[in-house]
Amino acid sequence: MLTLECPYCGVKAEETELAAGGEAHLKRFGPGSSDADFDGYMFMRKNPKGVHFERWRHVYGCGKWFLAARDTATLEVFGTYPAQTSEPPAELQAKIKAKRPTWEGYK
Amino acid sequence: MTQSRPAKRYSVFALAREAMSYHMNWPEAWRSPAPKPRYDVVIVGAGGHGLATAYYLGKNYGITNVAVIEKGWLGGGNTGRNTTIIRSNYLQDPSAAIYEKARSLFEDLSQDLNYNVMFSPRGLLMLAQTHHEVRGYRRTVYANNLQGVSTEWIEPAKVKELVPIINLNGPRYPVLGALYQARGGTARHDAVAWGYARACSAMGMDIIQQTEVTGISTEGGKVTGISTTRGDIACGKLGLVVAGHSSVVADMAGFRLPIESLALQALVSEPIKPCMDVVVMANTVHGYMSQSDKGEMVIGGGTDGFNNYTQRGSFHHVEETVRALIETFPMISRLKMLRQWGGIVDMTGDRSPILSKTPVDGIFVNCGWGTGGFKAIPGSGWAMAELMATGASPLTEEFSMYRFREGKFIDESVAAGVAH
Repeated sequence: MLTLECPYCGVKAEETELAAGGEAHLKRFGPGSSDADFDGYMFMRKNPKGVHFERWRHVYGCGKWFLAARDTATLEVFGTYPAQTSEPPAELQAKIKAKRPTWEGYK
Repeated sequence: MTQSRPAKRYSVFALAREAMSYHMNWPEAWRSPAPKPRYDVVIVGAGGHGLATAYYLGKNYGITNVAVIEKGWLGGGNTGRNTTIIRSNYLQDPSAAIYEKARSLFEDLSQDLNYNVMFSPRGLLMLAQTHHEVRGYRRTVYANNLQGVSTEWIEPAKVKELVPIINLNGPRYPVLGALYQARGGTARHDAVAWGYARACSAMGMDIIQQTEVTGISTEGGKVTGISTTRGDIACGKLGLVVAGHSSVVADMAGFRLPIESLALQALVSEPIKPCMDVVVMANTVHGYMSQSDKGEMVIGGGTDGFNNYTQRGSFHHVEETVRALIETFPMISRLKMLRQWGGIVDMTGDRSPILSKTPVDGIFVNCGWGTGGFKAIPGSGWAMAELMATGASPLTEEFSMYRFREGKFIDESVAAGVAH
């Protein structure tokens, strides 16, 4: 069973307490953007087999959105961090790189 | 049109002939050749959809210089992991066209392939357990009748007649009626893959198992070949038919797909005596069940919410499904479950598949069947073959990967509201 630590309330929550929210760090394109940009933001997903940054909500807890780094091929969780950031924290990226040397990096 | 047949047809005479040597000399059903340096068409993925695509390329268009490349073993992905349900009671016209094409091809598939796929048109019910569902399914019946898909609305008394073991008066979700497709049913999932593989091999196609695609090479925006764990293979056209791994393979070709991969689970019980000769789906409470020829109750439930490539699902989904089905079918409450497994399904935003050209010339994708791909295998292969051979197919026109950008969704979230 998947267990994630909520970075706000510190609770180690198992997945029935959480709701998955899909890929994190999407760059939003709204009115006025090109069709290709909007299509990319709205529908296209990386969906990697490996390191994935994703949104979660602590639904049956503090109710807040947070972000997690997880391996979709092994279900290993690398860490969680608050949602108020535009890219994963450097120390988390370094930790992932140490564990997955072939990882191409965030982007 | 190539109409070559397997070297040794399966028949009652073949059975008698082979009995003379105690069934020790049956020829292999398909060859396992080493890859050639070049093929006209390479299909990645030897599941049902990939093999059916190859089969109809040969049968309908005479293209037989074809290889089907498979990372694992033939039919070992979602083709061997589904709950074998066949139906075509979708809402939108493009869906009705392709799913009904598939269902009608299933009717004489055993004769066509000379392989018993055990198609059993036993009838299928989708229970309506809320008033919203009643309205939704009545609408589907009207739509299906206009599309030439034979479905009907049936009242609770008829549901009880068809499914004596059902509990109509559940405490929370009583059965208010059902959408009934008498021509829906089940087939033997492995046999569908095996039958197509045998027919493809007999036409001279190469099915190359245990060979993983590691790269896709292009030149001037056009595909030239693939790299695999057993060397490079050049090709004229490339079909990507890899379900849950579509994003991974598309990434090798340099484009993205509107797809997320999730785990979907199913389970079967210990075998019991025949008790239910139709397929029952209960979308509100999220579970569906049929009885296999061996007597096992085949049960499927919902997908997990998070991206996953592990072919393992979360236990609480199994628990939810079983809890709902025990309310619906009280007699199964003491059954032991034999096996549980997961598969990786490729979900699109509108719950409809993608059969499409791609940004790379010569590469075609067939994916996004999500939780309900098995039923579509013959129609999907038929349409994909037409698309790859001629560059266009009336069946795939609406299923382009660009429909999201154009706002032309084929919304099947009701028809596919329960994973199946």
